[in-house]
Amino acid sequence: MPLYLELVSPVQIAKDFTLSVQEYTQLSTQSVANFFRPPVYMGDMLQQADLIGFGSLPIVILTGLSVGALLALNSASTLQRFGGITLIGQLVSLGMVTELGPLITGLMVAGRNASGMASELGSMIVTEQIDAMRALGTDPTKKLVTPRIGATAFMLFFLTIIADLLGLIGGWAVAHLLFGLDSNQYWTSAWQILVFRDVFTGLIKPVLFGFIIATVGCYYGMSTRGGTQGVGRSTTQAVVASSVLILVTDFFVTKLIFAIFGVR
Amino acid sequence: MSTPILPLEQSTSATADLSGFALEFENVSIAFDEKVVLDQVSFRLPHGETKALFGVAGSGKSILLKLAIGLLRPDSGRILMLGEEVTSMTERQLFDLRRRVGIVFQESALFDSLKVWENVSFRLMEEKIPFDEIERRVREALRFVELERTFDMFPSELSGGMRRRVAIARAIITQPEAILYDSPTGGLDPVTANTIVELIMKQRDVYKTSALLVTHRLQDAFTMATHEFDPQTNQMRAIPKGQRGQVPMTFLILRDHQVIFDGDAHELATSRDEYIREYIS
Repeated sequence: MPLYLELVSPVQIAKDFTLSVQEYTQLSTQSVANFFRPPVYMGDMLQQADLIGFGSLPIVILTGLSVGALLALNSASTLQRFGGITLIGQLVSLGMVTELGPLITGLMVAGRNASGMASELGSMIVTEQIDAMRALGTDPTKKLVTPRIGATAFMLFFLTIIADLLGLIGGWAVAHLLFGLDSNQYWTSAWQILVFRDVFTGLIKPVLFGFIIATVGCYYGMSTRGGTQGVGRSTTQAVVASSVLILVTDFFVTKLIFAIFGVR
Repeated sequence: MSTPILPLEQSTSATADLSGFALEFENVSIAFDEKVVLDQVSFRLPHGETKALFGVAGSGKSILLKLAIGLLRPDSGRILMLGEEVTSMTERQLFDLRRRVGIVFQESALFDSLKVWENVSFRLMEEKIPFDEIERRVREALRFVELERTFDMFPSELSGGMRRRVAIARAIITQPEAILYDSPTGGLDPVTANTIVELIMKQRDVYKTSALLVTHRLQDAFTMATHEFDPQTNQMRAIPKGQRGQVPMTFLILRDHQVIFDGDAHELATSRDEYIREYIS
């Protein structure tokens, strides 16, 4: 069999992309609607919450601590030059709660769970397990996709809160132990700088990111074609697409919140 | 092979409307990327009958089974399963219909993250049946396929033949009105294949369930046509010459995307079609 690289026309690429967006939208809409249509698989949702939430806890703890500490370390030297080292608590607090906490947690969970969902569902597709489930009278989107969406959105919300707190602890460790900042001063400034808008921004983002991670992971899993090689391809695409979508969504959500609440 | 008597529930097929057809294909066509797989295929499977479907690899046999329960949609034509028009039903309506039909997939398609008993009881758990009842019925179904000892095992711990038998147990546990078998003996050694054939025969003769059996192995279908299950000895026995089995058994052959033969064993054996004669020789 001759080996050759097939050239695909731009029109075909555009058609394929449009079809993918259409299928993704359809799957997402259907999966959300499933929350309001019985049966709701609470057992499966709890199992996924355990896998996604508690399973991701170690990486969230480590990245939260590291990012908070790094943020403090990088900004402290600059702030010290201008005599503003006391502002470090505010900087870490605002940075972690509004931006870095949700973003880093989202990207970490995307790397770990979007790939897991795509490979698990992809394997089920290529071994006809999804067809078997449909043949047994069970809706795979209800049984497999909806619980993953609910569990990811719910658990990412709490994982982000944990990451925010650990980021603040990491920042405090650097500020107090390396730069000799008083603990009370750090925590008071970190607390006082936050307003409703910041907390709202920081807590709405993980819910959206969780939705993106689960829907993208499940979409690529459910649309797997081409055996084990296809499963590998779906896994990679799920991580890349969910990470990019998280970054893009982050930008637009921030812009939207600025538009609603005004720039700080 | 010695097989136990089935203490399973009374078959729902016994209460089904026997006047109609379990499955009807009317001028069904399907193509993938302009490659025609089935072209104007028509046939009928009466209630209580078992029909063996033959065809060379890639002739669309598995596709035909998936079309029968709406896992795939045809490009044209009508399909009626248990009197309901599959081709005009929504996916949600199809879920209700599929609960009345059993299917055994080519590679078993067991859920690999679930234990054997969870696989077999999947449909019962969906129906929220009490656990004691589920356990009793799972054990009965596994006893039927002589695999009760695998109750707590994972599919990965089973051989290919055992997985196929678990898939049969999963398909029959709710005593469906029709069963679709996709190459249930494919890739198995002759002894294991014979065990599977005997199980299918037992389901056919004890419960009179309508069945469509896709197979590459002509000898399996001929064994089913020339033998019947004896509940007294729990073994299959040859039907005496000149007599017919209690349950009708017919054959369907696909060639070049179309049905070229639909008839019983006698008609098949006396066919003058050169391709069919070569096929069965």
